[in-house]
Amino acid sequence: MARPRKAAEETLFRLLAHYKPVPGVPDELLDAEGRIRPVWQNFISHLSEHDPDTLRQMFSRGDAYLKNSGVFLRQYTEDSAAERPWPLSHIPVLIGAKEWGDIAGALKQRADLLEVAAADLYGPNQLVADGALPGQLIAQSPEWIRPLVGVKPRGGHHLNFVAFEISRGPDGRWWVLNDRTQAPSGAGYALETRVATSRIFAEHYADAKVHRLSGFFSEFRAALLNMRTSQDAHVAILTPGPFSETYFEQSYIARYLGLLLVEGEDLTIQQGKVFVRTVSGLQPVDVLWRRLDTLYADPLELDEASQIGTAGLVGAVRRGNVSVVNALGAGILESRALLAFLPRISRRLAGKPLGIPNIATWWCGQPAEREHVVSRLENMLIGPALSTRQMFDPDESTIMGSQLRKQGVDFAKRLIDTEGELLVGQETVSFSTSPAWVDDALVPRPMSLRVFMVRTTDGWCVMPGGFARIGKETNSNVLSMQAGSSVADVWIVSDEPVDTVTRLARGQAKAPRAKQGALPSKAAENLYWLARYMERAEGFTRLTRARHERLAEAASPQSPLLVHLTRYGTFIGLDTQASIPPALEGTIRSALRAAESVRDRLSPDGWAAINQLSDRLDDALARSVPPGDGAAQEMGVLLRQSSAFTGLLQDNMYRFTEWRFLSLGRSIERLMALSSALASFLADDAPLGSLDLALEYADSSISHRRRYGFQPSRPSVAELTALDELNPRSLIFHLVELETHMRPLADLMKSSGSAELLADCTALRETFEALTPEDIDPDYLVGFRNKVAAISDNLTRIFMS
Amino acid sequence: MLYDLKLSIAYRYGGMVLTGRHLLHLWPLDLPGVQSVSDQILTVTPEPAERSGFRDFFGNWTSEVVFAEAHQRFEASLTARVERHKQPAPQAVSANLETMPDILSSIKSLAADSPLHFLGTTPRVRPNLVLQDYVRDLVPLDASTRHVVHRLGERLHEEMTFDPSATSVDTRHEDAFAARKGVCQDFSHIMIAALRSIGIPAGYVSGCLRTEPPPGKPRLEGADAMHAWVRAWCGPELGWIEYDPTNACEVSTNHIVIAYGRDYSDVSPVKGVLKSASGQAGSQAVDVVPLEEEMPG
Repeated sequence: MARPRKAAEETLFRLLAHYKPVPGVPDELLDAEGRIRPVWQNFISHLSEHDPDTLRQMFSRGDAYLKNSGVFLRQYTEDSAAERPWPLSHIPVLIGAKEWGDIAGALKQRADLLEVAAADLYGPNQLVADGALPGQLIAQSPEWIRPLVGVKPRGGHHLNFVAFEISRGPDGRWWVLNDRTQAPSGAGYALETRVATSRIFAEHYADAKVHRLSGFFSEFRAALLNMRTSQDAHVAILTPGPFSETYFEQSYIARYLGLLLVEGEDLTIQQGKVFVRTVSGLQPVDVLWRRLDTLYADPLELDEASQIGTAGLVGAVRRGNVSVVNALGAGILESRALLAFLPRISRRLAGKPLGIPNIATWWCGQPAEREHVVSRLENMLIGPALSTRQMFDPDESTIMGSQLRKQGVDFAKRLIDTEGELLVGQETVSFSTSPAWVDDALVPRPMSLRVFMVRTTDGWCVMPGGFARIGKETNSNVLSMQAGSSVADVWIVSDEPVDTVTRLARGQAKAPRAKQGALPSKAAENLYWLARYMERAEGFTRLTRARHERLAEAASPQSPLLVHLTRYGTFIGLDTQASIPPALEGTIRSALRAAESVRDRLSPDGWAAINQLSDRLDDALARSVPPGDGAAQEMGVLLRQSSAFTGLLQDNMYRFTEWRFLSLGRSIERLMALSSALASFLADDAPLGSLDLALEYADSSISHRRRYGFQPSRPSVAELTALDELNPRSLIFHLVELETHMRPLADLMKSSGSAELLADCTALRETFEALTPEDIDPDYLVGFRNKVAAISDNLTRIFMS
Repeated sequence: MLYDLKLSIAYRYGGMVLTGRHLLHLWPLDLPGVQSVSDQILTVTPEPAERSGFRDFFGNWTSEVVFAEAHQRFEASLTARVERHKQPAPQAVSANLETMPDILSSIKSLAADSPLHFLGTTPRVRPNLVLQDYVRDLVPLDASTRHVVHRLGERLHEEMTFDPSATSVDTRHEDAFAARKGVCQDFSHIMIAALRSIGIPAGYVSGCLRTEPPPGKPRLEGADAMHAWVRAWCGPELGWIEYDPTNACEVSTNHIVIAYGRDYSDVSPVKGVLKSASGQAGSQAVDVVPLEEEMPG
């Protein structure tokens, strides 16, 4: 047995060859003597069994999972936002269950303390009266929301879901860097990071005694549902909208928890109660998990300029008609300056020091503290006292004492002297290091953890894991996602076997149920337009291809048919002479935007498909495709990719209300576009070849050949593309579709308007059925198109606003 | 002085508006010993679908109305009988400017009248160095706060031109100050920002002026519409004083207080007016008629 053991030691030695922790800085993997800590042993030996090539392949499994799931990071630069791949650090951070238990216990205590502080700040203000908190600080904070002073949250608690950023200091003990109480993000990312990482280490993970995350999420879901006062009311996630930095995570978690995702304008307040506008009318909302900051939540009583809030929401809270998680106003607890006072508040309220201390902070509004900060400037970060931004995620308002030169020091001192009450000093922290895989080697990188917890009926429940930020450089006290750090999974490793998915599933049988079946009007509108844009893009692509194919077959651009096609293109706003017409590009971009707004309702495959389409378009635009054959080929590719997406949409969407709006969008767009195209190509003065073009546009050339032979005639084309109920491309087919989908919607809405709309659809279908091919002339088609447009307008008015 | 107050405010939109939700700050405040209010009625047209009220943080009674049907204009009118009690000249001394920082940092209250709310930046007021220098040039460093209030108010009154065409309800006070033009709202915001710039807590008062002056006195500027002035905190002994920079005087029985706030955004008479593409226009009518004649002198 001596030789294999030696071999194992050698591979381990190779794996750790570049792993050199910084002296004096604690490392998660190695102890002070350079020995592997017990909690890491199994994982590291698993890692050492693979050569770098295999590891690379394993890591790419995780990256591929994230890419296919559409997990990305929206990155903001000076004037634009770009999406880049989710920066996964493939090596998880391992923490022993016992140590984790201590962390969790201390953080629960901290959460309780913050709850008491919030209740005081929005209640009797005893902390200020007793001098434990400076009144100036609270009064000046934009997050101390005066309209909510004296308002007790309906459920009794200000905080129900909180997060903490923690790191290990030089002495090996944990610090709290920051409390997240406003609208903590990242729980969904933690989940996705876990899935990706468990795929990388699939062989090891199953038996690694790592605590699973799903139990936490079912607790969270139950906690939200249990806050309802009526089973008949919705629990909704209130999002700032698709442009928010973490919109992906919000839509992901909405889908994962099976809760409604709404924007401020989806909600309306009536008689002081909250309702969501849906395609079945107004439905009550009882609990809001808000992902938007308090100030934006209500333009009437909070920030007047907010475009993403709901007027009257504060009034509903004041009347105790809705539970908001976390309560409006809870963001005050994130103020940096509060960290300076929490130790004292803990001793005062809880009678003991903080279980985990927070990073040492001094408010420069007091003379002694001011002096202290000035005297230790080189070890300080100086920044706005009321900011809720984390200090180790610095912006231009942060002064790093260690980087100041002489003039800078004088400036900082003057600033602290004159504007002290607006500033805090925070001790510069060094982070512990944890392994990261960089350039085929394991290297130590600074690390901080985000820990999530939810209030359940049995008290706080802590997510066993979370996510870790991993810094870019070995020596770093800056851990900003925007500054190039990455994210690693956090494994809480137990000595005993852990709860598995099956065991958790058994517990879920008694989990509360969410109210089903509501489609917010705005989501319906986005689905409807998504389908319309996709259908429109397909029509544009066919017309453009038709032109370029003929050019490729040596037709003259001056030929009557191509001149006619150009003229028709101009009429509908499509420049068919371009290889990639701008109108086509614009339509695909609009489809992508609509898809983004209903991302919680699309499957990951569907999302990937529309992104492929959009990538292909970008690629084609960058390549400058030549007219003629090149453009025709490119249109073929785009057509196939858009069909792939619409196919996924139609097939994967549960046949529910969502699907009806998609189908309505497709049918209405097709009815309008086809009737308008036929009006042009079936006209008496249409040039030779127009009938073939009409068949091509309606994708009915093959059916025509089969049924009528090679030579199209006006009646044969009119019959096949307008009146043939068996042709899925015909007008009558889509009139029947329209009516089929409208009927259940009218039943849902039960209004006189929706009944009339259904009657209009029926009438249009019935008159159309009585027509003969000879009746299908341009005049009729133009009138027909206008009738469909009127139906679309009414549909929008009744169901989507 | 006993007054009949009539206050009416109307908005007209360029087109039909489907719904509306508004907060109204129109009820005059009851201020024990200073101002008492009775027989107050608020009428809103068209008839709102919902109407309710609450007392806001600063103690102002706020009405909330909801219009559920299409409308092109709406109007809120308040009538009330208001008595303003004549105040004796204050005996208490105001704090010295130099002592204010220490006084303020010792305050441990966040009650509605705590001076701590009235410092620093608020939605419509941004203290700045330009205004700080402006005040510093007017008064010595050790001036009494009340003197600062008066000197600053008088100076603004001298330099500023009352000009309703120069500014709108959304004008920034920096711009109004640069042009030295504006109406009571601009005068007040500038003065509040200036006072806060040197560390004197200052807030916004919305109110009304008596329409016709007492015999032999000039008509006050701003009597045709809702008026605004400034509240400044002059230390724990003197407390709050109210000063009207548009008319360069401390408030008297000619002023009726509607609401107190940090700046206009806290007390704007009608909140939630839609800014629609087709435009909107507001109009106000104020009538403050004395029920008894004042003793001359």
